[in-house]
Amino acid sequence: MIQKTNSRKKHDLSQLIIPLAALGILIVFNLIRGIAIGDLGFFSITTRINNDGNMVLSGNLISIIDDASALAIIAMGMTLVTAACGGQDISVGAVGAISGAVFVKVLDAFGLDNISVLSIVVGLLAAIGVTIIFTLFNGTLVAVFKIQPMIATLILFSCGRSIAYMITGSATPQLNDKLINAIGKTIPGIPIPTPIFLVVIMALILGLVFKLTNLRLYTQTVGINQGAARLNGINPTAIKLLSFVLLGVCVSLASMIQVCRLNQLSHKTLLDAIEMDAILAVAIGGNSLGGGKFRLAGSILGSYIILMLTNTLNDMSVKPESIKAYKAIVIIIIVIAGSPAVKEKISAFWKKVHNSSRRAVAGR
Amino acid sequence: MENRVVSAKELKAAKAKLQQGVVLSMRGISKSFPGTKALNDVDFTLRKGEIHALMGENGAGKSTLIKVLTGVYPKDEGQIFVDGVEGEAHIHSPQDAQNLGISTVYQEINLCPNLTVAENMFIGRTKNIRVHWRENEKKATEILNSLGIPAQANQELSRCSLAVQQMVAIARAVDMQCKVLILDEPTSSLDEKEVQMLFGLMRDLKNRGVGIIFVTHFLEQVYEVSDRITVLRNGELVGEFPISDLPQVELVARMMGKDLNDLADLEEIGQKKTAGEKVIYNAEKLSSAESKPFDFQIHEGEVNGFTGLLGSGRSESVRAIFGADRVTGGKVEVNGKKVNIAKPHDAMKAGIGYLPEDRKRDGIIADLSVRENIILALQVMKGFFHPMSRKEAESFADEYIKALKIKTASQDTPVGSLSGGNQQKVILARWLLNHPNYLILDEPTRGIDVGTKLEIQKLVLKLAAEENMSITFISSEIEEMLRTCSRLIVMRDRNIVGELTGDDLNQSSVMKTIAGGGQ
Repeated sequence: MIQKTNSRKKHDLSQLIIPLAALGILIVFNLIRGIAIGDLGFFSITTRINNDGNMVLSGNLISIIDDASALAIIAMGMTLVTAACGGQDISVGAVGAISGAVFVKVLDAFGLDNISVLSIVVGLLAAIGVTIIFTLFNGTLVAVFKIQPMIATLILFSCGRSIAYMITGSATPQLNDKLINAIGKTIPGIPIPTPIFLVVIMALILGLVFKLTNLRLYTQTVGINQGAARLNGINPTAIKLLSFVLLGVCVSLASMIQVCRLNQLSHKTLLDAIEMDAILAVAIGGNSLGGGKFRLAGSILGSYIILMLTNTLNDMSVKPESIKAYKAIVIIIIVIAGSPAVKEKISAFWKKVHNSSRRAVAGR
Repeated sequence: MENRVVSAKELKAAKAKLQQGVVLSMRGISKSFPGTKALNDVDFTLRKGEIHALMGENGAGKSTLIKVLTGVYPKDEGQIFVDGVEGEAHIHSPQDAQNLGISTVYQEINLCPNLTVAENMFIGRTKNIRVHWRENEKKATEILNSLGIPAQANQELSRCSLAVQQMVAIARAVDMQCKVLILDEPTSSLDEKEVQMLFGLMRDLKNRGVGIIFVTHFLEQVYEVSDRITVLRNGELVGEFPISDLPQVELVARMMGKDLNDLADLEEIGQKKTAGEKVIYNAEKLSSAESKPFDFQIHEGEVNGFTGLLGSGRSESVRAIFGADRVTGGKVEVNGKKVNIAKPHDAMKAGIGYLPEDRKRDGIIADLSVRENIILALQVMKGFFHPMSRKEAESFADEYIKALKIKTASQDTPVGSLSGGNQQKVILARWLLNHPNYLILDEPTRGIDVGTKLEIQKLVLKLAAEENMSITFISSEIEEMLRTCSRLIVMRDRNIVGELTGDDLNQSSVMKTIAGGGQ
């Protein structure tokens, strides 16, 4: 009876409206503020010579995108888990610490003052392998034992950093090496920070996976109606486990980036509290936290929004202690603006406007 | 007789104001949605102590009218008068409707299953913070007794049968001093005995002066219990008729806006094909977690049916065939070859398709598009690493949207926003696209309009005749099965108790077999 006329294209774009609008407002806000104080430094991109003597791009926007790299990569994995399982993994920060510990442990085995491409590749592969074991532990609790994701992942959330400590001990090894800097900062000759490329590469890989497999269709189907998915020959357990495997890969990569950026491993602070930002990025990106349809682009945008917000507040010399409170206010606004209740109200309002304008035309 | 049929215009004139004995009068109601006029100048009158059936196909405007009446949708035009209110009644929210004594019991029961019967009856109704549960329990027991509802006040609601839960919802409505009770498809998940229980309650309420609006797809039930029928079609009022003036065939004709040609068509196409020799599917002592061991076989091009009361095990049997429940034993041969069907994917590989009984729960992927829903099963068969191209998917979707006349704004429309009948066609399309040798249709016609029901029955016969497909067709309406099936397997208490073919395929022998011959 009610033929909804919204086509898929419209539907898909509408998911990105809120994050795009939020990003737009942040940019406009900074622009106005910049004009008002007569300093558009927020937007300036300059080149400078770094410690290794290479020319690199520098500026606020570059560092926002750079800083968001680890978050954006984890948010991609979190999006898949959210879509398939209708819940979130809150242990990504702790598991990331384990991954970092494994990575550094392998580098250490090769010799910390003798880091080579081989040792980094072996280290990353070992880290990915170990991380997948841990995310699969989470995945098994969720997919096989049907425990709520937040409760299931609470276990590693609380003990993950202890496990990381058991791997490396209390030392915080320093990694001062050209190769490490090439990953965490810039590759000599390329002015853009490497982590930005790694985000793009990860997004492209996942995009390719979506293109070459039915991962997107299966994940969405399982997330929307897993009983029906099973009756159509899909194995929901396998799809959920797969989402946790992919999350594991994302967490490992993000962890390596962060270790290389900081040139050190600290099991206490590596990727600290990133789980909350990752979940937020998924939500800000317009993805339903209850599972089902998703867009990776939304979550990536969400990550950049979170970092830009932090950066803006920093720039306005808000004290670091109070930044979280200000951040919370803005995030509440974004999340409420994207909530089903508000969306309904807005579409009802448009209908009204549409109707009355039609009536006005008819009345003439 | 003909002159007693009241036209829309006369009705309107007669209803200038609330007459004696009228509890509800809706006049000139119009309601538009973008792109559709859901209701156009519709009148509806409900008298004290009558059961008034509101009839129409899917999309006729029944639900919209109900939702306008209950304040879910604001009306565009028209007036509503309610007994006891001077002038026009203003209904802007379900709460307003509630306060005016208009109560609704929906198809999906909206009570709290983990609370007790009494708690469900009184929850959200007291203005005091302190709740006197003991008193409430006593009061609930009184109400339950007076209405003859077989439930304990302190029983957890989820422990009651669906029928009793429905009756508790009605009891709650009645106790809230309702004058108008709306029952929206109350019988769709009840068995025959439970339906009778519900009808008993409805008649009781009618005698107490409650006006009941009864919305249902079951024609026989309308004639069993209603006093009057209002028919809608395409958002317009066709007319209001006393039940005695409108024979069942004429009601169908008016709902469809046709003479009975289509029904006659079906009789013609109803040439059942004789089944081929080849056994497509054979099961011996097949059992699942939900069904007892049974033997079953179906031949090429055969249409058979499982019949029996709700809970007789007919759905559980076909679920066992498809591997939908955990299979616990038995030997299965498909096309003469032994196969092991442990899960739906195995059945699909063996060329079996299954349209589940509960379309919303097990069938549609509501948020995905019509296209994605149509290609789903075929896509799964192709495998995880072989996604079909967008173009291919679009042409498949296009083909089946046309072939099955699926009414949708586009292939990109989320399937959840389609009407029930069209959702069912999308799931049918999904399986037809997979070209199964053996297709199981469990209640494909439930909760959809008469026209679509006929289309689906025709399609079943056509698939068997032209494509040699073997089909198992299950329906609660025995007439539908008699029209389509050449063999009926009758079940009672989870056992196969009979098999009917040839001349035995008639209503009375089906009933006798279901009831049990010897008793």
